[in-house]
Amino acid sequence: MSAARWLAHQGRQVGTLAGLVLLSGLLSILSPHFLSVSNLLNVLEQTAINAVIAVGMTFVIVSGGIDLSVGSIVAFSGVLLASALQAGLPVPLAVAAGLAAGALCGLLNGLLVTRGRLPPFIATLGMMSVARGMALVFTEGRPVSGFEAGFRSLATGRVLGVPTPVLAAALVYVAAHLLLTRTRFGRYVYAIGGNEEATRLSGVAVRFHKTMVYVLCGATSAIAAVLLTARLNSAQPIAGIMYELDAIAATVIGGTSLLGGSGSLGGTLVGALIMGVLRNGLNLLGVSSFLQQIVIGVVIIVAVLVDSMLKRPGR
Amino acid sequence: MEPSQTGGEAPPALRMRGIRKSFPGVLALDGVDLEVRAGEVHVLLGENGAGKSTLMKILSGALRSDSGTIELAGRGVAIAGPAHAQALGIRIIYQELNLVPQLSAAENIFLGCEPTRGFGVVDRARLEREAGEKLAALGVRVDPVRPVQELGIAQQQMVEVAKALHGEARVLIMDEPTSALTESEIEVLFAAIQSLTARGVAIVYISHRLEEVERIGTRVSVLRDGRHVATHRVGELSLAELVRLMANRELKEHFPKRRVARGEELLRVEGLRGGILQDVAFSVHRGEVVALAGLLGAGRTEVARAITGADPPQAGRVSVHGRELALRAPRDAIRRGMGFLPEDRKTQGLVLERSVAENLALPSAPRLSRFGWMKRAAERALAAAAVADLRIKTPSLEQKVVLLSGGNQQKVVLGKWLAADVDLLVIDEPTRGIDVAAKVEIYEEMNRLTAKGAGILMVSSELLEVLGMSDRILVMRQGRIVAELDARGATQEQVLRAALGQAA
Repeated sequence: MSAARWLAHQGRQVGTLAGLVLLSGLLSILSPHFLSVSNLLNVLEQTAINAVIAVGMTFVIVSGGIDLSVGSIVAFSGVLLASALQAGLPVPLAVAAGLAAGALCGLLNGLLVTRGRLPPFIATLGMMSVARGMALVFTEGRPVSGFEAGFRSLATGRVLGVPTPVLAAALVYVAAHLLLTRTRFGRYVYAIGGNEEATRLSGVAVRFHKTMVYVLCGATSAIAAVLLTARLNSAQPIAGIMYELDAIAATVIGGTSLLGGSGSLGGTLVGALIMGVLRNGLNLLGVSSFLQQIVIGVVIIVAVLVDSMLKRPGR
Repeated sequence: MEPSQTGGEAPPALRMRGIRKSFPGVLALDGVDLEVRAGEVHVLLGENGAGKSTLMKILSGALRSDSGTIELAGRGVAIAGPAHAQALGIRIIYQELNLVPQLSAAENIFLGCEPTRGFGVVDRARLEREAGEKLAALGVRVDPVRPVQELGIAQQQMVEVAKALHGEARVLIMDEPTSALTESEIEVLFAAIQSLTARGVAIVYISHRLEEVERIGTRVSVLRDGRHVATHRVGELSLAELVRLMANRELKEHFPKRRVARGEELLRVEGLRGGILQDVAFSVHRGEVVALAGLLGAGRTEVARAITGADPPQAGRVSVHGRELALRAPRDAIRRGMGFLPEDRKTQGLVLERSVAENLALPSAPRLSRFGWMKRAAERALAAAAVADLRIKTPSLEQKVVLLSGGNQQKVVLGKWLAADVDLLVIDEPTRGIDVAAKVEIYEEMNRLTAKGAGILMVSSELLEVLGMSDRILVMRQGRIVAELDARGATQEQVLRAALGQAA
């Protein structure tokens, strides 16, 4: 493929990337601290959690669905993992338990959507409340804190100077990108989101693959829970509130259509970075957190507005 | 042309003259004349695609004619749109009812023009009283306060009629009003129609049930190939003569059919039931194209969807290569070599926003992957081969399918199944909405397939396509196969007569 064709093909992502570069350039002018290595690593570290959740969200949205329960799943698998650690389970086993909890919530979401024929919005809205409630019941509303150093190093460690959460997020992205673009499962996710009936008539087990998309989304939320719990050295039953909105925002800023059938993880990563950079920059500039909310809201709207305006004419 | 023997009387309620309408690649109406008098039930007959619905859409303002004139009671009108047609007193009742199920009959009748007591407050008492009067005037007993979803189909239809008769209705078009009614419900409808004609309403009545022509019609007009063929008083012609007028369409296209020797049995269907299907049984052999013909709603698409697992049948046996299929989903049929080109390629056949390559590879993905990883070179090779074989015009394999022409889109759907190496194809409307050149290419591909020993079941509404491209014709009517004809000797009239339920 020629460079020009590649550019045209990747136009949307290049646009988002240009937005990120522009934003970073602007912030580096406004704040001398922005471009420092320590600050940039800080941005990446802070972005890692939302970015990982947005991976699962991207799969769900590409398949034509939505998952509102990711934030609650973060809390639920977090407290489960924390309790397992405090009960003395070895770290790998405890982490596995946390991941299983997230995947199980996702499985329930998926079954409600495919077998129960509930709209994804409703099924995951219910799960949002159920998972949050389970986290609260399980901990009696109290945080579970204090873990061994081995577990904490999952968030505090560095490999070749790179913070482990950043490395973890990078691994998740590479694996998920390959899954979405190189495997049969990925093909089916796009096809189901694009036209579920045509995909079914082509012999694809639509219900199975859709269910798996929600399982995957539950699992990435649980990965985020591991990173969050290790970083805070505490698992809170009220963690992850509003995370679903950040993940959806990163996904749509990254160019994934809420209608399903198109989108990419590269776009989502850039979308998550835009949100992270924006938050960090506004903090550096001393913008109040109240005002930040407005700015972020405007950015989401403008990104999608520009996208739909570019898509509308001439096609 | 029928002499309009109005001889000094009042002008007809409706006069359409020289109506022409073309769609890209098709001349749908070629100068149609139609005259309907006040107080008559004018039956409009014609085969699928003869132009009846296009003509009525023009009359009701849903479409604009390219040329021609329309007069209402002698006065020329230029119908600007549906609202204008309604203001002129032209009303249409479509085959599918357009009621809000949760609202009462009265609310539906007055939807959009509720009587108010000022400030937008609906005058419920008046609404219900007037709705009751309207329904009573039609001679039907319907409780105006009941939600229409609790009413029977015939009663709902009466609500639709009452709604259509708002204000001064001069011309009422009814499109197959009896298709969902039982015999006693039809009686009620016909009584209502008679009370309307007594009030001087002109009724255009479209029906495929020939027996209704004599029961309810005053005069009958026949359309064929977008032309008006004849208008007669009911009773002047026998039903057989009417069928002859509807059939005998011109053979405008050449069908490149090549016949090959019929091989072993590929597909056997027995006792298929479910929905409207009743005890459907047939077989398809290697090397042959079996056509499923019949009117819209006869159950052809239902058969195609049932045997391919798209809508698994309630009962019946479907065997491929002599082994019975356990049909729960389309993949059960695909695994045994059956491919299905659905009726509507955009909503059922293609993932429009994805690439040509991805669409072509979709049914073959299991074969094109190992441990879940796509073999990308094999995928591209498969797509490139399909594009070359079918001469799909696309700038690249990455092109989104939505950007291709209709003919090329249809070739992609066909290509999906050729690439998947199926030897039994079920094609619902192989050439709907595609240009003539692409049609011929699709036909040629069907020839190549049968020459290689594949079998094809073709559902088609195009009588000429049925006769021109098949080896055997199965005619369906009301969920049953009512005739089997050898395509070589069959005539349009024979097929149509069977489809209309007129025994030879």
